[in-house]
Amino acid sequence: MSAVMQPTGEPAGFDAWGDDQHARVGFFTDTSVCIGCKACEVACKEWNLIPQDGQEWTGHSYDNTGELSANSWRHVAFVEQEKPLHANGDGTTGLRWLMESDVCKHCTHAGCLDVCPTGSLFRTEFGTVVVQEDICNGCGYCVPACPFGVIDKRHLPAPDALPAFLGTKEDGRVWKCTLCYDRLKGGHEPACAKACPTKSIQFGPLDELRQRADERLAKLQEQSWNGAQLYGRDPDDGVGGFGAFFLLLDDPEVYGLPPDPVVPTAKLPEMWRNMATAAAALLVGIAGVVALGGRK
Amino acid sequence: MGSNMAENHPVGFQWVMEARERGAKVIHVDPRFTRTSAMATKWVGLRAGTDIAFLGGIVNYILQNELYFEEYVKSYTNAPVIIDEAYTDTEDADGLFSGWDPKQGQYDVTTWSYEGMETHGSAGQREEGFSPKGEQSGHGGHGGGLSHGEPPSEDPELTHPRCVFQILKRHYARYTPEFVAETCGVAVDDFLYVCEALAQNSGRERTSAFCYAVGWTQHTMGVQTIRSAAIIQQLLGNIGRPGGGIMALRGHASIQGSTDIPTLYNILPGYLPMPHTEEYGDFDNYVEANVAPTGWWGNFREYWASLMCAYFGPHATEENEWLFEHLPRIDDDNSVYWTLEQMLEGNVKGYIIAGENPAVGNANGKANRLGLAKLDWLVVRDIVEIESASFWYDSPEIESGELKTDEIATEVFFLPAASHTEKDGSFTNTQRMLQWHYKAVEPKGDCRSELWFYFHLGRKIKSMLEESEDERDKLVNLLNWDYPVHGQIDEPSADAILKEISGYRTETRAPLSSYKELKADGTTACGCWIYSGVYQDGINQAARKKPHWEQATHVAPEWAWAWPANRRIIYNRASADPDGKPWSERKKYVWWNGEKWEGIDTPDFDETKPPDYVPPDDAKGPDAIAGDHPFIMQSDGRSWLFVPQGLEDGPLPTHYEPHESPFENALYSQRANPRRQQHKDAWWDPYNPVADEEGADRFPHVLTTYRLTEHHTAGGMTRSIPYLAELQPQMFCEVSPELAEQEGLEHGGWATIFTTRAAIEARVLVTRRIPPVTVQGRLVHQIGLPYHWGVRLLTSGDSANDLLHAALDPNVHIMETKGLTCGIRPGRRPRGKALQRFLDELRSYATEERLEPEEARKT
Amino acid sequence: MTTSYYGRPVIKEPTWTWEIPTYFFTGGVSGASSVLSTSAKLFGNEKLSRRALYIGAVFDAISPLLLISDLGRPERFHHMLRVFKVTSPMNVGAWILLVNGGASNTAAVLELLGILKPVKLLAELVATLFGPPLATYTGVLVADTAVPVWHEGRHELPWLFGASAAASAGAAATMFMDPDDAAPARRLAIGGVVAEGTLVHAMELRLGEVGEVYHKGTAGKLALAAKALAGGGAALLATKGRKSSAAATLGGALVCAGELCLRWSVFKAGVQSARDPKYTVKPQRERAQQNGGSKVTTLPRNT
Repeated sequence: MSAVMQPTGEPAGFDAWGDDQHARVGFFTDTSVCIGCKACEVACKEWNLIPQDGQEWTGHSYDNTGELSANSWRHVAFVEQEKPLHANGDGTTGLRWLMESDVCKHCTHAGCLDVCPTGSLFRTEFGTVVVQEDICNGCGYCVPACPFGVIDKRHLPAPDALPAFLGTKEDGRVWKCTLCYDRLKGGHEPACAKACPTKSIQFGPLDELRQRADERLAKLQEQSWNGAQLYGRDPDDGVGGFGAFFLLLDDPEVYGLPPDPVVPTAKLPEMWRNMATAAAALLVGIAGVVALGGRK
Repeated sequence: MGSNMAENHPVGFQWVMEARERGAKVIHVDPRFTRTSAMATKWVGLRAGTDIAFLGGIVNYILQNELYFEEYVKSYTNAPVIIDEAYTDTEDADGLFSGWDPKQGQYDVTTWSYEGMETHGSAGQREEGFSPKGEQSGHGGHGGGLSHGEPPSEDPELTHPRCVFQILKRHYARYTPEFVAETCGVAVDDFLYVCEALAQNSGRERTSAFCYAVGWTQHTMGVQTIRSAAIIQQLLGNIGRPGGGIMALRGHASIQGSTDIPTLYNILPGYLPMPHTEEYGDFDNYVEANVAPTGWWGNFREYWASLMCAYFGPHATEENEWLFEHLPRIDDDNSVYWTLEQMLEGNVKGYIIAGENPAVGNANGKANRLGLAKLDWLVVRDIVEIESASFWYDSPEIESGELKTDEIATEVFFLPAASHTEKDGSFTNTQRMLQWHYKAVEPKGDCRSELWFYFHLGRKIKSMLEESEDERDKLVNLLNWDYPVHGQIDEPSADAILKEISGYRTETRAPLSSYKELKADGTTACGCWIYSGVYQDGINQAARKKPHWEQATHVAPEWAWAWPANRRIIYNRASADPDGKPWSERKKYVWWNGEKWEGIDTPDFDETKPPDYVPPDDAKGPDAIAGDHPFIMQSDGRSWLFVPQGLEDGPLPTHYEPHESPFENALYSQRANPRRQQHKDAWWDPYNPVADEEGADRFPHVLTTYRLTEHHTAGGMTRSIPYLAELQPQMFCEVSPELAEQEGLEHGGWATIFTTRAAIEARVLVTRRIPPVTVQGRLVHQIGLPYHWGVRLLTSGDSANDLLHAALDPNVHIMETKGLTCGIRPGRRPRGKALQRFLDELRSYATEERLEPEEARKT
Repeated sequence: MTTSYYGRPVIKEPTWTWEIPTYFFTGGVSGASSVLSTSAKLFGNEKLSRRALYIGAVFDAISPLLLISDLGRPERFHHMLRVFKVTSPMNVGAWILLVNGGASNTAAVLELLGILKPVKLLAELVATLFGPPLATYTGVLVADTAVPVWHEGRHELPWLFGASAAASAGAAATMFMDPDDAAPARRLAIGGVVAEGTLVHAMELRLGEVGEVYHKGTAGKLALAAKALAGGGAALLATKGRKSSAAATLGGALVCAGELCLRWSVFKAGVQSARDPKYTVKPQRERAQQNGGSKVTTLPRNT
């Protein structure tokens, strides 16, 4: 299992799977047809037996989930705007309501996977990024390493956690979307894609999805949709392209997404080199300080 | 309009999205900008309760600009028919039609009839001298009946001043774009956009469809609102054609089924009317009152007899007139709110609530809970203990002290119910389609399905009454009740019941193929004539699951089964012209091939009846319908622009203000629907002062209630599930920034909303999606409330429906939830004694019955 | 005003608890102490060498306990050693800590017992070589995340942590020694504090807007405390540390406290920069605009 980042668009370590290898699959989430029904959130919770994430009314339009987390692997965002859907002013309404089902991007170069010290996070034969929950020891390093704020630690009690007197009641591990790895192995599509009534969430081979997305973007441009753009489609972006990419109707930050995300690992080689120099300097520096001036 | 399809029918809405992707214009007219509006090409925000004005404006636009589909209108509707010369319109009598009897508070409809004809009662229609109280006239949408197939008096050129077409024109003449703008609070341009879009997209080559739900029906003029759409669609030639029609988006998975195989007090399966005590002395009399001389209701006797054979097996015979004299009869309006009234007066001993939560879902929640507290016994069947079952210890009235637990004598039995995955059965959806579902898991513990409950209840009652000599117990003993059971808990076979519903030959048990095979001689049994054929050839047609991409056409008739006879679009003969040729190649659906009717759907017409068939004078039943009249359930085979008989409140829709509104009627002195039902002298149903009445300024805002995708109706199914509850975890109100500023409401804070019925509290969601509108020259604010919450379960809160009054539509006794008035103020609501004082002060302005100017003048 | 989604953070803040910034400190002490110990031995200060050796060993023993305590599943701590993975500074660091800790404790025990001198020397050598990596890798660890103030501080952080480690190691040694023998340790403490302070300043210069978190909230308070305590301690050591045992102890303690605060200020600064979406969005949006759009966004043609 190679964990060294490769400069090409192929997910790191992906080609090491040999016989098991499949075409890389992912999601294309087309928010122009999202009706904000949250069937994706519910289907995901039901299939993956995910606990509830807190009964808290946010007042943020119809979004009471708030964000992706260990207990919300699909999150529908709602943004109300005083802007028409179409720019050509043809009998349109001056309001629009953006709705977007957010999910783990299953990045080509995944920060979470790169920094995972136990090898728990790995690249599957489908090109997806999955946490092995029997290996994760809850170090939490992946949490700040994700440029999108997806993966998180679960603090709720776990069925197999150590007894309370040992002080660890919490689940303590990190959780995120698995792209329904178990369903993929069974030849099925992920639960959210299956439940989505309007095919906002589309599942399939990634290159096919990318093509579809390009066509969709062209069509929306023809119809003068305001702000239509693809997010994460380009294999040359800062994470090598997303395994789950989007068609958005406004800038990413409107939806809480980073406008120019780069996997932290991109700078790691230079960081290691820098550290080596610093370490050497420390060695020499301490020795020097001791040497100069003798005992006094 | 009157619906929010994306939020409440998300799965069905995918087809709207597909249409949109192919270039269809999706227009959403609604007081709120909802998730449906977000997907629409155009949203028009109108004042809640003014749909008739808006739709009437469209009718007027079509008529004035001659945008109607002329050939369709002339040939297929009753536009040419001349109406009785005694008829006068609301335009002539300041808001009333001819025949208004102010003492009785109802219409005598004889002046609405076709000239030269005695309109004959349809199924469920009252006769002369017959008290109309409680009987829903013309229920089931089949309208009145005519004595002959063809009206005696018509003008094919549509010029006669008393022909329906001209009456229509006069009736709607004042529904100008300006009137619509002023009344509905919309911009003239937006209104014209809608008119143009509809008109351009109708005709030979194109069709337009309406989708509606309770935003239209839950009004004191609800039925007339749907009638308005029916007029538009008839004028534009959109009925019976692919891509046209008026789709009723029903409230849950099988509400259509619950009226087909009814849970309504006054109809029997297939919309046969319950016998009434008055004037139905014997069976022949009953049939006479209900059989239509012409059209498919002509076979009423056959449907009835077959139903009785299903119920009573060999005990029901032609000789004993199908046990008619032993049957229970209704003698009054036994609808929900009438029953509530009786409960409050202590006249109802016992009540069974199954899969419903009236303590939260019905209008005027407090009255409902007080009513439950008056029962001797109550049975509640549900998957969780809902508010209707727990009212005796946790209702708001317990909190306020109006009810005390140990003073409530009601004995409550809560019986846990199985959920839909724990039983076999069918759902009948909004498209009249029966879809079978299979049991996936056994119900846990004591949970039982509806079938199990009613079957074993019936079985036990039968065995308890076996030895009885009492006359009234006879029928129970004669009931045919031997359904097969299976499994550990003796679950009755849903399959067997579907077979019975579909119908069979009594001697051989051979399955029937359609209602045409039903006989009135005891040789056929059928549980519901419109469902006849669902078990055709001994195959459960409703269980067919061939996906549409494996079928030849988009009609996809091999997925499940739709009534009647698997027709997917009814009245589809209207998709062809009077000669039987499709109106266009693009919109061809069924056609006459020279020998018979064929098409991509089952033709909704006599297979071998040629387009040029003229019925002989003595023709009866279906044979009395001509070959170029597609509307075969109507006795003249035409669609009715003007309804001579069948409705309580007028042959034509008229703009009336809701029962509670901040405005006078811009057209008439008659402010609201004169025929609407009000609870006279009812202490439990006070009404807000309206328009310029004293105290109306305490309730200045328009209130509308609605559902969210995340919760289901009164919340029993969803507020108990953590991962659903967290999606909408608290009761909230939606207000505009302007209203928030005016009333001092803070986003994320609390507000108290109140009417003379109740005061509730909700979190404040300030949003631009429910803007104020300018009506009759002044700004009026609108407030939105989801109605899912009740006092218990994982997410709890105050119930919006506690605010509602129980004034009803006169045709169907439906409450007005979609447009009323209220007041609002910041902060949490008063409780205990303070609440009482607060409401007492508001009620000092209340009226118990709204006297309209017309009536006030008379008294 | 930077656009955001209801003011919510874009990334997730670290879930680490108090053990981690404390570990930065203890790991720094042990890493630098190994080098201090060997240097002292090389240049003839046996007392200092032994003191530094024991200090380093003790802190090397405490460090893993801190890390294990922070884990969500502490009983699975050994999973850190399932792989060797260079893309994971935490993994590499676990190995470094294992080696350094093992070596320093081996050397300390052997020193105490006075046996196996060649083995002890080898252990000391290993600890010395792995010490500087131990003291500096944590800078890479925090920088190799999406946390804005950490990632943007990646040039300075390993140096900063190294200097802080040096100061701490020196200061710790002075606390437990006779001032007469502690001169190199004192020099190290003072020099480390100066270097650390300079590096903090340099880092803030380069950080731009996100650097403001070092002056706000808890991070700001801790940064100030770090300067005061470390500076005060260094000054005390410089003036009175040679003569007074009490001053040496106090001065050393103040420097240690200051360096602990320094580590905590970096930690809290990270958390604060993660919480405010503007620190993530603004620089990225600016970068995208400068580059004529970012590749993550594909716009329609001719836009």
